[in-house]
Amino acid sequence: MDIAPLAKSAGMKLDEVRALLNCDVICGSNRLDSDITECFAADMMSDVLAFCKPRAMLITGLTGVQSIHTADVAELTAILFVLNKKPVQQVLDILQAKQIPVLSTPYTMFEACGLLYGKGLKGGYHERDKVAEESRKETMELPGSK
Amino acid sequence: MQDEVLYRESFPILGNDYEHGGEVATKVKSILKELGISSTIIRRLSIANFEAEMNLVMYADEGRLEFTVGPREIEVIVADRGKGIPDIEQAMQEGYSTATAEMRARGFGAGMGLPNIKRNADRFDITSTPGIGTTLRYAVSLTMPAASETQ
Repeated sequence: MDIAPLAKSAGMKLDEVRALLNCDVICGSNRLDSDITECFAADMMSDVLAFCKPRAMLITGLTGVQSIHTADVAELTAILFVLNKKPVQQVLDILQAKQIPVLSTPYTMFEACGLLYGKGLKGGYHERDKVAEESRKETMELPGSK
Repeated sequence: MQDEVLYRESFPILGNDYEHGGEVATKVKSILKELGISSTIIRRLSIANFEAEMNLVMYADEGRLEFTVGPREIEVIVADRGKGIPDIEQAMQEGYSTATAEMRARGFGAGMGLPNIKRNADRFDITSTPGIGTTLRYAVSLTMPAASETQ
């Protein structure tokens, strides 16, 4: 399935995402120059682990510690929490040790996705029958790959 | 079985310990990075480890994740003491789940765990005895070219 974004875009800086979605910066204010070209929205972390491409931005309503570990192991660029959700202190402590910037927007997941889609960001996912092959190929392109 | 061990470490995992669920997978990821393993391998293995760790947290009483780096592959054994899996074939099907509401509220229990571990591994084996526990044994090759490279 290939859904073309509404606008042609080379992506957005995370700081542009912050401004577009009226975000609070929860963590990683020094990494707002990160490039965002693809997003994956889900509350099922197993779906993120199964289908999300590396470097995508995770959009989720789950602020628990498993969301942070998911973004870490799946090599995601950033996390966007919807509905103004904020992690509890224990999760914030874990976030401090990671290099993952985290934003929180007052928009719902549907609205946040729509606004980002309208700016030309794409879905960062592997199609079900191509997951194994594509995930290997994608990770070959990660920084530090041999 | 690995003929030569370059690195081996084992971590305990507690059942129902959602607060720390995922920490072992991220610790192993850090160690593999320090060992200079390629991010291709690390991402696939870390996803498998995270799913295996969460399965143990969700369904078992206690267990361990042990990983061994050899010259040809990284092998992981996740062995638990718990209720086990009565029908492995059924459990391996995508979407099949016996998850509770709490598990789903944490983003797991969609019936993707075991298939996702298998998908990210080059070798995968599961044995389980109901009432005793489950052992997963999987490995990612350090020498096998990725499928996309051979085409």
